Amino acid sequence: MQLIDLAWWQLALGAALVLALAGCTLVAKLAIGQTLLVAALRTVVQLSLIGLVLEALFSVAALPWIALMAGVMLLMAGREVIARQKRRLTGGWAFGIGTLSMFVSAFSVTVLTLIVIIGPEPWYTPQYAIPLLGMMLGNTMTGIAIGLDRLTDAVWRQRALIENRLMLGQRWQVAVGDARRDAMRSGMIPIINSMAAAGIVSLPGMMTGQILAGAPPSLAVKYQILIMFTITVGTGFGTLVAVLAASRRLFDERERLRLDRLAKPGH
Amino acid sequence: MKPVATPATADEPAALVADALRVGDLSAGDLCIAPGRILALSGPSGSGKSRLLRALADLDPHEGTVALGDMRQGAVPGHRWRQAVMMVPADSQWWADTVGEHFPDGAPDGLDTLGFDTATMDWQVSRLSSGERQRLALLRAVAHQPRALLLDEPTANLDAEATARVEAWLGDLIARHHWPVLWVAHDPAQIRRVADQHLRIAGKRLEDVPCS
Repeated sequence: MQLIDLAWWQLALGAALVLALAGCTLVAKLAIGQTLLVAALRTVVQLSLIGLVLEALFSVAALPWIALMAGVMLLMAGREVIARQKRRLTGGWAFGIGTLSMFVSAFSVTVLTLIVIIGPEPWYTPQYAIPLLGMMLGNTMTGIAIGLDRLTDAVWRQRALIENRLMLGQRWQVAVGDARRDAMRSGMIPIINSMAAAGIVSLPGMMTGQILAGAPPSLAVKYQILIMFTITVGTGFGTLVAVLAASRRLFDERERLRLDRLAKPGH
Repeated sequence: MKPVATPATADEPAALVADALRVGDLSAGDLCIAPGRILALSGPSGSGKSRLLRALADLDPHEGTVALGDMRQGAVPGHRWRQAVMMVPADSQWWADTVGEHFPDGAPDGLDTLGFDTATMDWQVSRLSSGERQRLALLRAVAHQPRALLLDEPTANLDAEATARVEAWLGDLIARHHWPVLWVAHDPAQIRRVADQHLRIAGKRLEDVPCS
């Protein structure tokens, strides 16, 4: 089966539908029309650019360029993790912890999957490496962002409680334990839910794409299962590492709770 | 075999000593509370009484040195220091559902003295009155076997009768265990009843008030 080509005028039909939606929101005074159009425009520009980048990358297929691309993706994901937090750690720690835990989990799981499980030749073949890393980073980023946001918010709210536990002579790990476990669970719940709902409620995007591209469904399913597992592992370990590191940073060497290390919301 | 120095036992009386203590704007200077003595601390609200207690418990960064007998504050991990020099905040916090889960070794001594019994251990924390919380917070602190106490208005939510009971119970325990105690209080009558020494925060310093 050959993938049916899409011409630009066919995309224009899709764009016309978006314009129609924008017109309706204008009539309904939702004041969201401009945001909608800007977002639609961003989709076109960003995806076209990444298309160019990927075509160039696939034709070169050299490790340094792929590593550079992976590094840029990682930094963008790190920035996104900070943007999603209400009270983040100051002094670059939020970015550092988020990025480092994504690096540790998403990168190592991706490389492991490429070398040990899928095994393309060479292992960094960009057609496999870049989409795999992209899916890993996207999900790990969400897990880490939720985990860190829940942790800092809970510690902020439970300040008096945690300090009272410290006063009773508890170690910092025990005093912050409830908040930490809660944050870890929150970070892992979305990916667990999507594993549980896969195939029943939603047809995962990658599998849909492979089937559209002409792959036999049974193979697409196998890839999807593998991706689900690796994403879950990457998100899980990434969230654990990030929440552990951030909770350590909330206490100093005297095991004091240091909320002065959190930025005020909106800064 | 090398001779091993005998470690100080947990019950050995020790003085709580602070040298050149400074917390924020407040220069507390040198403090010395002998074993079994109660130092009352008073001052207008916002003058830094709680912050001084927090510094002694090593919950806030501060200047100066603090020691309990041979144990220096900076020489032991934070949790060990706070387990020995135990602060009881004015508004106690409870993290588990039932009262009993907050006590390390089951029902503590002194329950009946403060008006409770062993069934109290099964009570829901969310249904405690502020007076019950305050008395149970004192019981909880003492059950963790401290060697010194920092009490932040320990009878603020209690009526006269309960206050008298708590004062008598604490006085007895402090004398029996030789704990040095810093007791933040507002009521001059209470300070006269319980304290051996009285310091008042005046501006940025502490001033001695003679106990009559």
